[in-house]
Amino acid sequence: MSQKMIDFSTLTQQADEFKTVKVLDPDGKLLQKDFDDILPDEELQELFHQMIWSRTLDDRSTKLNRQGRLGFYAPTAGEEASQIASNFAMKKTDFLLPAYRDVPQLVLHGLPLYKAFLWSIGHVEGNKYPQDFSALPPQIIIGAQYVQTAGVALGIKLKGENQVAFTYTGDGGTSQGDFYEGINFAGAFKAPAIFVVQNNGFAISVPRSKQTAAKTLAQKAVAAGIPGIQVDGMDALAVYETMKEAREYVTASNGPVLIETLTYRYGPHTLSGDDPKRYRTKESGEPWHHKDPLIRMRKYLTAKGLWSQAQEDQWVAAAKAEINEAIDQVEKMPKQKISEYLKNTFVDLPNSLQQAAAEYEEKEAH
Amino acid sequence: MSQKTMIKAITDALDEELAHDDQVLIFGEDIGKNGGVFRATEGLQAKYGEQRVFDTPLAESGIIGLSTGLALKGFRPVPEIQFFGFVFEAMDEIAGQLSRIRFRLGGTRKMPITIRAPFGGGVHTPELHADSLEGLIAQVPGLRVVVPSNPYDAKGLLISAIRSDDPVFFLEHMKLYRSIKQEVPEQAYTVPLDQAAVAKEGSDLTLISYGYMVQECLKASEQLAKEGIKAEVVDLRTISPLDETTILASIKKTSRVVIVQEAQKQAGVAAQVASLIAEKGILYLSAPIGQVAAPNTPYPFSDAEADWLPNEKQIVAKAKEILTY
Ligand SMILES: Cc1ncc(C[n+]2csc(CCOP(=O)(O)OP(=O)(O)O)c2C)c(N)n1
Ligand SMILES: [Mg+2]
Repeated sequence: MSQKMIDFSTLTQQADEFKTVKVLDPDGKLLQKDFDDILPDEELQELFHQMIWSRTLDDRSTKLNRQGRLGFYAPTAGEEASQIASNFAMKKTDFLLPAYRDVPQLVLHGLPLYKAFLWSIGHVEGNKYPQDFSALPPQIIIGAQYVQTAGVALGIKLKGENQVAFTYTGDGGTSQGDFYEGINFAGAFKAPAIFVVQNNGFAISVPRSKQTAAKTLAQKAVAAGIPGIQVDGMDALAVYETMKEAREYVTASNGPVLIETLTYRYGPHTLSGDDPKRYRTKESGEPWHHKDPLIRMRKYLTAKGLWSQAQEDQWVAAAKAEINEAIDQVEKMPKQKISEYLKNTFVDLPNSLQQAAAEYEEKEAH
Repeated sequence: MSQKTMIKAITDALDEELAHDDQVLIFGEDIGKNGGVFRATEGLQAKYGEQRVFDTPLAESGIIGLSTGLALKGFRPVPEIQFFGFVFEAMDEIAGQLSRIRFRLGGTRKMPITIRAPFGGGVHTPELHADSLEGLIAQVPGLRVVVPSNPYDAKGLLISAIRSDDPVFFLEHMKLYRSIKQEVPEQAYTVPLDQAAVAKEGSDLTLISYGYMVQECLKASEQLAKEGIKAEVVDLRTISPLDETTILASIKKTSRVVIVQEAQKQAGVAAQVASLIAEKGILYLSAPIGQVAAPNTPYPFSDAEADWLPNEKQIVAKAKEILTY
């Protein structure tokens, strides 16, 4: 043919147009008047309370880590709207599959704080979840939780329960094979799952632009044949409303949804030696600080007469007291036993392991 | 020559090889600007450019598949798996694909790929960062598995690995990265990929190990020396292939052996060494083969790792048991 049949350079445009859901502007003003009824006043305050709690937890966790009283920690400051407001739209009966940074959601979902701390220091007691607690411990292997979410969601569907499975990964996580398998399986089985991608712009040091040629991460949903949407992840009300509507859609047997939150982590990747100065400038983070999710909500609530300094101070003080109590509990925890580890490996413990466990028990008794 | 840590020796080896052969490419997660999470690739992207030292998207299977493809195009890839525990994500590309390419194509192709990965216990990492999975990898035919125990060997073995036309899995114990310093020559040198080293000579019994546990064996040998026991320490250096000659020569000399590995005891490298000795050296022995290894559970939650990991004390106790048999 003398003329080309296909103009490849324009083909990606089919998937490039993605709306970003926004409710508040950076000054905490509603972008549309009718957004005012997203949440009743008390719940607005409770949502903000949880965000304050999370920021306090982040601050204290960082200090406790530096003092050697806490172990592995992935900072959360900056991501409160993405994390807390998404979780706020979910129910306790929904099944949560978090990643390592999603400890706040896990605790708000029902994990006692001292157990979250035990997970951080590496103690099995932190991972002993009651049978009726619908969650897994934070996933370390990036992407693994996404495929498992498809399984939990299919299980919910097969049992005819009115629940959803919801999970989190980051921008980097969307490059894993497991990511695609998870959303594709859930889509193929029309399973009730919500996949949240918290796009904070970096996978440790690697910028989002190096992860993929795709213009948005939300558009990865298109190939799986499921809805994908992008939301301002520094805007708690936008995240909440998106999650809430997604939950309604998903529980109405429509299959899964993928939500990309645009957010930013203020701190290092984790407290295990990451130095953000090596890969990003302070200035590049400034626009994000201007969009801070807490400041925005505070302004919004203030304009509505729903905020006072005294109330916020009280929340912070209560959070600190809760954290102190939890850390005390952690420090009183008995040492882990290798004999118990051995027994936890199987339901039907092979003889050799029974014997090994007995030998350890003998040693541990001294 | 100057005193260097193992991490520095590794960086030097990578630097040497990038300079030595322009087909060498280094890539992985966070290895570019960030210089790797342990700084093993510190400064290399700045020196050799983003074409040769680059970050990949976050996907281990992708990283290894990419390596295979690049090797087919004549490159000499040196990919990094950020932590060895993430190797499960890449298992098909390693054990099902890359290691079989030469075999599948009837010996007509080569796969000069060196996969580097940090691993090992004792540094309080989260789950799947510390596991000693080398036994799984060592079971793969067509793949060499190298585990240095010190800075000098690390540099020489890594250079040999990169220059090798066969795929090599190169395992770096995190506890060794910065804990010991050693004289390391500035220039390039090689250490063979199939020779164990006698790390310390002795005549009463042989301690055989690899990686960080060699250091524990050396400490144990000092303890034993205080009681007049002369332990020989054999550092395997490569666990696939095993250097049968060095192992058997030492057993023949001492007639007693304790094999030490950090991994769980089940189906491990120590079992492979024990099998070799049982098969070819049993008549040299005057006591059963001793083993010190971790319990048969997954790697522990980090707060319990000190109770789970094999250590000098257990080695000393086992050595005495074998000596007094
Ligand atoms: C399978 C796997 N590969 C690599 C890592 C190491 N790692 C931990 S976090 C991280 C970056 C993740 O980035 P992203 O998905 O954007 O999430 P974020 O940490 O930014 O929330 C990497 C590479 C891992 N934990 N698991
Ligand atoms: Mg990220």
